[in-house]
Amino acid sequence: MTRRLSPFNVTALVLGFAFLYLPILLLVVYSFNASRLVTVWGGFSTRWYGMLFRNEALMEAAWVTFRIALLTASVATILGTLAALALTRYGRFPGLTLFTGMVYAPMVMPEVITGLSLLLFFVAIGLDRGFWTITLAHTTLTMCFVTVVVQARLVTFDRSLEEAAMDLGAPPLRTFFAVTLPLIAPSIVAGFLLAFTLSLDDLVIASFNTGPGATTLPIRIYSAVRLGLSPEVNAASTILIGIVTLGVIAATLLSKRSVIRSRRNAH
Amino acid sequence: MHKRPLTRRLSEGLVPAVPFLWLCLLFLVPFLIVLKISLSDPAIAQPPYRPVFDWSDIAGFFSQLNLENYELLVGDDLYLRALLSSVRIAAVSTLLLLLVGFPIAYAMARAPERYRSLLVALVILPFWTSFLIRIYAWIAILKPDGFLNQVLMGAGLISEPLGILNTETAVFIGIVYAYLPFMVLPLYATLEKMDDTLLEAALDLGSTPWRSFWTITVPLAMPGILAGSLLCFIPAVGEFVIPDLLGGSETLMIGRQLWSEFFSNRDWPLASSVAIVLLIILVVPIVIYRDAEARRVENVR
Repeated sequence: MTRRLSPFNVTALVLGFAFLYLPILLLVVYSFNASRLVTVWGGFSTRWYGMLFRNEALMEAAWVTFRIALLTASVATILGTLAALALTRYGRFPGLTLFTGMVYAPMVMPEVITGLSLLLFFVAIGLDRGFWTITLAHTTLTMCFVTVVVQARLVTFDRSLEEAAMDLGAPPLRTFFAVTLPLIAPSIVAGFLLAFTLSLDDLVIASFNTGPGATTLPIRIYSAVRLGLSPEVNAASTILIGIVTLGVIAATLLSKRSVIRSRRNAH
Repeated sequence: MHKRPLTRRLSEGLVPAVPFLWLCLLFLVPFLIVLKISLSDPAIAQPPYRPVFDWSDIAGFFSQLNLENYELLVGDDLYLRALLSSVRIAAVSTLLLLLVGFPIAYAMARAPERYRSLLVALVILPFWTSFLIRIYAWIAILKPDGFLNQVLMGAGLISEPLGILNTETAVFIGIVYAYLPFMVLPLYATLEKMDDTLLEAALDLGSTPWRSFWTITVPLAMPGILAGSLLCFIPAVGEFVIPDLLGGSETLMIGRQLWSEFFSNRDWPLASSVAIVLLIILVVPIVIYRDAEARRVENVR
């Protein structure tokens, strides 16, 4: 049976995607507005981009945010992959229920709770708030997302490949690096990117755990937005959206190529 | 071969141990500390609570605990109203998300197969762009002189600008917009697996499309409906950014209350007890969600 979309389904898709994309499109278009008023078109201009790059506080915040996100994503990817292996390859072990609870809870937990509890923890152990506390907090949150992404790949792939390697005498560690890791690599990359983006994007947890010298980009943007609309925020947002869009397209193309290659190898 | 060397057994044990200990230290212990501080007195000091960690004095430790903050929470109806209003706003938003998300997910699942992965990517893409930026975008749309009013007045539909920004309506719009991918993706995942022949059989047997929708599609999509709803409802109850930027001063939400107790009033013990109360309310949905997820992973296996 060839499926044809009914008019109802087409309408749902068009309206749905218009709802998702129009606000972002407006934001991008008005970042090139010459007028200081964000909602009145005053001709094309790139002046806000120029002002953005001369804004040292904003540039500094962007640099801090990038460093935190990179470190967070790296550590979270390792921890999350280990956790995913523990959840799928170790059968039942004492504390498994607690473990799965601790992996799934942070993903849905309101951020205000996570942020507050981590801050009180850092104060209790006497760690100064700043770069490191934000990084630790972000790593804890994002490793759970990495776990779920990698776990999804681990449960679907063919276990007989691992068993074959073991039967042929490969030790577990060698099996992991020669067989398992290449097979789950796409999901590890996806987990890394997810952790990176979540860290880049977080306002609430960073606000609780920030300290002197560790003002992140979302914290800066938030305080600017509270004062009202600003074309500079539009320009900064457009750059972020551009980077993310390019990254997603690149990742999609890469994974497509690797799928094609693995299919070719299979034949 | 059978007697594995001690070093290998140790390194194998590290795989579960490292992430487990990390989560215990940075997820579980912080909660116990919140619980502890919610039971202590506020103090004008840095940090602004009286430390109750005096290990040498166990009896004193228990005598210092008090329920004062919780009495304050119960006594002041501001917090009760904020809690009820958060649950109401989250519930209404979840319902709206189902109404908006279901047709989209359904149409995606019916689309020709070669377009489906593109459609999924298009739903996920906005999620990758900053949450804060996406909410900011709506301020320019909903403002009295914003895009929505410009369009509606230009079309002659309204003569006075609608005051949507800084109302509860704006909060609903913001939550539906920001959480839509979390609703659509689980729904799509279950709808995509649905067997079309069931619907055809029902139609052949004389059922109306409407009736077969309610008796076949909806029950089969239940796991997706449950997962999507919980994934939206739980974080929405504690939402801070959306009510703060889009809601008015009368939009009461508990996440916002916690934020202002903490940052404006600097009452850390009270903020902690607000967090504990919020957590107690969310424990049941969080446990249901965890079980549903664990079952889903188990089924895939």
